[in-house]
Amino acid sequence: MQTEPWEDDLTELLRRHFGNRILEFASYRGQKFLIAQPEAVVPIIEFLKLEAQFDYLVDITAVDYPQRSERFDLVYILYSFARNERIRIKTRIPEGYKPESAVRVHPTANWLEREVYDMFGIEFANHPDLRRILLPEDWQGHPLRKDTDILAMDNEWVRRHLGIESGQ
Amino acid sequence: MAERTYLGADELILNMGPQHPSTHGVLRVVLKLDGERILRADCVIGYLHRGIEKIAEYRTYQMFAPYVDRMDYVAAVSNGLGYCLAVEKLLGIEAPPRAQVVRVIMTELNRIASHLLWLGTHALDIGAVTPLFYVMREREEILNIFEAYCGARLTTHAFRIGGLQYDVYEGMEQQVKRFCKMFRPKIDEYEELLTENRIWKDRTIGVGVLTAEDCKAYGVTGPLLRAAGVKWDIRKAQPYSGYDRYEFEIPTRPNGDTYDRYLVRIQEMRQSVRIIEQAIEDIPEGPIMAKVGKVIKPPPGEVYVSIEAPKGELGYYIVSDGSTQPYRVRVRPPSFVNLQALDKMARGGLVADIVAIIGSIDIVLGEVDR
Repeated sequence: MQTEPWEDDLTELLRRHFGNRILEFASYRGQKFLIAQPEAVVPIIEFLKLEAQFDYLVDITAVDYPQRSERFDLVYILYSFARNERIRIKTRIPEGYKPESAVRVHPTANWLEREVYDMFGIEFANHPDLRRILLPEDWQGHPLRKDTDILAMDNEWVRRHLGIESGQ
Repeated sequence: MAERTYLGADELILNMGPQHPSTHGVLRVVLKLDGERILRADCVIGYLHRGIEKIAEYRTYQMFAPYVDRMDYVAAVSNGLGYCLAVEKLLGIEAPPRAQVVRVIMTELNRIASHLLWLGTHALDIGAVTPLFYVMREREEILNIFEAYCGARLTTHAFRIGGLQYDVYEGMEQQVKRFCKMFRPKIDEYEELLTENRIWKDRTIGVGVLTAEDCKAYGVTGPLLRAAGVKWDIRKAQPYSGYDRYEFEIPTRPNGDTYDRYLVRIQEMRQSVRIIEQAIEDIPEGPIMAKVGKVIKPPPGEVYVSIEAPKGELGYYIVSDGSTQPYRVRVRPPSFVNLQALDKMARGGLVADIVAIIGSIDIVLGEVDR
C-alpha cells in the first residue's frame, strides 16, 4: 500500500499523549489511519472521544492474514460530527490475543465486537455479553478466517439440528 | 415491580418471532415482561445469514456487485452505489458526470421507494391499513422506471464500477418528470391520513424515544438520528456523486420518538423529489463509463466509503491485495447497527409498542444478517 504521511493537529495531540504506542500515522487515497499497539487502542478511542470529539464509533472489523505472525488486523472506524472527519485505528494482534472491549466507551461496540468474535474467533476481554450473533450459538468454526473454505460448514451441527447429512 | 405471587409470575418471557408479521422478516425478539411493561428486549438474528462478506472474497470485483443488492433488497440501488463508489475509490477513478447524475436520480427514486414501503408496512403494523395500498400504487411507478431502465425491479444491479452499463432510455426524462409531478400531492394524501390522526399520534408520540446522545452512543444514523435533532446527512456532510450540486434540506425533528421519525421520512421523500427534479433537468452529455479495463485489479490498499442509504450510513470497507478479487469486504450495515438500539428504545415501554418501535427503525433483515 502506497501511503502518504498524515500530519496535523490531531497527530500532534496523539503523539504527545501516546508517544511510541502509536506506530504510524498515514493516509491512503485521502483517508487517514493510524496503527497502534493493541493495548493502546481502547485508550486512544476513549481519548479521542473525550478530547477530540470523535463521538461516533462507525464500525469495528477484522482482516485475517494467516501467513503473518500477528495474524489479525483489527480495524476501528471513528467519526467526529463536530470536525466532520473520519479516521481509522488499526492494530495487529496474534492468534489467541484478547483485545480489550470498547463497549464501556461506545455501547455500539457490543454487537460489532460480537460479530468480529463470531466471524473471526477473536475474543474481547471484558465484553459484557460475548456470544455469537449471526451464527447459532453451538456452531463450530469462524467463517471469515482465511483457512475456512467457502463451502466449509459445521456438518455435525447440520446433522444434529436439521436431520440431514449436509447443507449443500 | 409487581408483588411476587406464589406462582412467581411477576416476570414473563415472551418470544416474538422469528415468524411474526410485524418483525418485517425473520427477526426474533425475546421480551422480558413485567405485566405489560418491557424490562428487556433481546434480539436474536442471523436467520438470513448468507455469508455475503465471505462470498466477496471468492468473486471478482464485478462479479460481487449483484450480491450487494441482496442485502437491503428494498433499496438495492443504494447498496450498488455504495459498492461502486468504494471500488472506484480503490481504483482512484470517478464516474463521468452523466453517469453521476443518472446515479443520483436512480438512488433518490429508490430512497422514495424504500420509504414508501416502510410507510405502508409501519402504518399497517400500527393498524392503519389504507396507506399500504396507496404507497404500493406509487411505488409501482418507481419500479416501472427501474424496469424500463435496467430490466429489473427490485435487485436492479443498476450501476457498474466506473459508471453505468445502460444509458438513459428513450422517454425516461418524461416518465420521471411525470412521476415527480404526480407524487408530490400523494405525499399530502398520506399526511392527511396520518399526520393529524388521533390514533396514529397516540400510538407514536413519545414511543421509543432515542435522544441525540443515545443515537451517537449506539452509532444510530439515518432518519432516527435526524428525528433526534441532529442535522447530519452524508449527502451534505461528505458529498458524493455530485450531491453538492443540488439544493435540498436535511429535515430534522426534536423529540426522537416514533412520530418524529415518521415526519422526518415524509419530509425526506419531499426532498428526494426536489433532488430528482433538479437532476432530471440537467443531465450532461458525454460518456457513461470511466476508463476501466475489462479486468479490475486495484492496487494493494484499503478504503472505507460510506453513503447515506435510506436506512442510515451504509459503508464498505474493502481491502485489496492487488488481485482481481477483494481480499476482504466489510459491509457496515445501517439496519444491523440501528437494531442494536431496540433494547434501549423498548425498555420501560408497553408490549404493544414494540411493534411500532421495530417499524420505526426501518430494518431489512437481509441487511441485518447479510
